[in-house]
Formats: sequence, C-alpha cells, structure tokens
Amino acid sequence: MTTQHVRLTVNGQPMEADVEPRMLLVHLIRDVFRLTGTHIGCDTSHCGACTVLVNGESAKSCTMLAVSADGAEITTIEGLAQGPNLHPLQQAFWDQHGLQCGFCTPGMIMEAAWLLARNPDPTEQEIREGISGNLCRCTGYVNIIKAIQQAAAELRAAAEAPAGTAGAAAS
Amino acid sequence: MIPPRFDYVRPSSLPDVLRILREREGEAKLLAGGYSLIPVLKLRLASPGLLVDLRDVAGLDAIVETDDNIRIGARATHRQIVENALLADRYPIFAEAGATIGDPQVRNWGTIGGSCAHADPAATWPAVLIATRSALVARSEAGERTIPAREFFLDTFTTALTSTEVLTEVRVPRPGRRSGGAYAAIERKAGDFPTAGAAVQLRLGDDGRIAEVGIGLTAVAEAPFAATEAEALLVGATPDEATFREAGRAAAAQSRPTSDSHGPADYKRAMAAEMTVRALRRAVARARGEA
Repeated sequence: MTTQHVRLTVNGQPMEADVEPRMLLVHLIRDVFRLTGTHIGCDTSHCGACTVLVNGESAKSCTMLAVSADGAEITTIEGLAQGPNLHPLQQAFWDQHGLQCGFCTPGMIMEAAWLLARNPDPTEQEIREGISGNLCRCTGYVNIIKAIQQAAAELRAAAEAPAGTAGAAAS
Repeated sequence: MIPPRFDYVRPSSLPDVLRILREREGEAKLLAGGYSLIPVLKLRLASPGLLVDLRDVAGLDAIVETDDNIRIGARATHRQIVENALLADRYPIFAEAGATIGDPQVRNWGTIGGSCAHADPAATWPAVLIATRSALVARSEAGERTIPAREFFLDTFTTALTSTEVLTEVRVPRPGRRSGGAYAAIERKAGDFPTAGAAVQLRLGDDGRIAEVGIGLTAVAEAPFAATEAEALLVGATPDEATFREAGRAAAAQSRPTSDSHGPADYKRAMAAEMTVRALRRAVARARGEA
C-alpha cells in the first residue's frame, strides 16, 4: 500500500498523517483525527452531513480526497465553539429546537457558518437556498431556518459592538 | 463507499500535466473539483491507475474578455461563473444556468471544465455552450485545438477529448446587439439534475425578427445536443407565442429521452418542448431589453 504524507490545519491545529490516495477527507477527519462530529450520511454527495470548511469554503468531505486537502485549512463542527461558549449557531440550534435526531446538525451548522460569513443578513429564501445541499429528515427545516436567523442577528450585533464586547453576544 | 486504489500526483504546471498524460496514456484521469469524478470512483464505474489533481496548476480559472470572445478557464467553479460581473453583463444565461447546478457545496468546488469533460447527459453547461455556439479548447503536448461545443459532446460520458488532452478553456463568442439568452429547466427537487433543460441564445434583427438562434437541450438524449430543427424554423421568424410553440414541438421531436426515475419518455419530451418555450420567451424579452 502506497501512502502519501499530508499536513493540514484542522480547527487551528497543525495535523499530519500518512494516507492512501483513495482515502476520503471525511475518513481522515473521523477515523484518523478522531473528530467524529462530522457525520457520514449518504456517502454520495447528496445529504451534506459531512460538510466542513476547506480554506473557508463549504465542502462535502465525502467528495474530496484527503490528499487533495494537503496544505488546506479545515474547520469542522469541533472548531466553532470558543472554550466553554457555544458558537452562536450552536446556541441558536439549541434555542430554536433546530434539531431532533441531530444527525444532520454538524453539516447544517457548518453550511450555515459558510453562508453567514458571505451573507451576514440573508433573507429566508437565501437561507433556504443556502442549505439546499443539506438534508434534514426530521424537522422540515422550519426551526433550522429560525436558528440560522437568530444566529445571524447575534453575529451582526456582535460585529457592530465595540471591540472587547463581541464575546458577550456569544455567551 | 471507498474508491478503488489509484496513484495520485498534484503537478504545479500545465506542461507537467501534459507530460504525465503522455507517459501514462489511457491510465490517467484528471481531477478538478471532484464532484463528478469522486462519485464515479466510489461507485467503481471507473478505475483509473492515476489521478492527476489540477488544483495547483495556476491560470486555469480566469474569466476574461478579448476582442472576439469571453474566455472561461476550465477550472473556474460554477460559483465563480455565477458571480462573475462580466458574464452577468454580457451573458445572463450563465448565471441563470449555473445557479441551478447542484447545491452551494457543489458550486463551490465543481468546475465548468470538469462538468464538460465528464459529460453527464443531464449536465447544464453543455446545453449553454451549445446554445451560445461556444468552443472548448483542448491542449496536449502536440499543441492546442479548438472544438465547437456542437462537436464536443459525443455520447453519454463521452467527448471529443483524447486521453492526452486537457480541457483548458471555454470560449464564448461576444453577443451581438439585441441579443438575449435564457436557461429553463425542470427538476424533481432542489439541486437535482434536470428532468429536461433548454438553453437559448438569440439575436433579433432590426426588423424585430429572429436573426440568429442557438438552442441546446440537456437530459433528453444520450448527450446534450443542438435542437437544429427548431433553430431552422426560428431564423427569420417573428418571435411570438405560436412560433415558440412550434419550435418547442420541433425540439421535442428531435429529443430522444429514455424512461427512468425522472419520468417516462413522453413526459420528458413534453418537458423538452415546454422548457424550450419558456427559455425562448425569456431570451426574446431580454433581447428586447424588457427583462
């Protein structure tokens, strides 16, 4: 078995591994780095449960080779919370009952994080289109959309707050 | 699902890519965004000995305008194309069509070159390139050749590219005055491949009649194709509803859909007609400056 050495930054931490070229990024994240917050749902690029950020862009990590991510910066669901404080998106999914079984939630939140980074004040339609690559089979999306709207409002308020107080909105 | 074993290289220049394709002829597959190829590998529909990842090759994703055409680098992502201001100004059909491809993650990584080289029979860009009478540029160590879109998509997953060529660029001719284009598609659910899709690019003459028109259909034959019979009856015609309907019928008659989970063949043929009509209506409105 021929392996290749990959170095990448995962949630701000440098990480490396020897991988077979055919290893998928999601397997590197889950099975090698043991970050199991990222889920494998359909394994066919449809459901979005495996969504992570690769160099800031949302990607389905079941549809990227680990070797292709060599040198990249990866953010997974484990990288969102700051210390004991949940990220505003995580808190909003909790507050708004944006999950039932929770299986789609890590991917849903990562895609929402990508959406809000590009569009801090999305309309409901833009949110719906933004998460159109993420399937939830429990909630019917209503509370997921409410959660993303809550987080968007909090993140905007935090961005507008004077320096040094931004953390307050997240707690 | 795990892909079969393969070797992997990530060259940083186009000459290196071309050399590798020659040395490993028939064995190597090019990898761009991965949203077509990786599912194919996972389903084990292909087992290439070597993947050549294009992500480090610079200069393949620019979108620029020359005197004659707009050039879209093959590695430009769907999102880059959808958000490109130059294309939005000259060719609204690109943003309209690109926004229907897959979902945001797919559009973040999937590329126009990858989509065209993969040649899914229901892909969106081939219909647009056929309608706009664009050309695709293929490079090998022997040089460069330009292949009209109408001669590029030969069959399901089959193009005019040879195994030592890289698709480097798409060239879209500059639209003339009073031009308009539109893409209309029906899909079962958000982000799905279309059940039927029609791309139309046309130009109106000073007399208000249709001077030039291109129509590309997707998902209703073994490969995307030009609806040449509909085009022939539209040229010189007055753009009205009766003419659009007649063109729709001609486009449907030229389609060769098969029954599958997207619907029976008769339904797809009806949708090919309807999508052609809708795209024609919108293209004409845009050419007149009404939309």
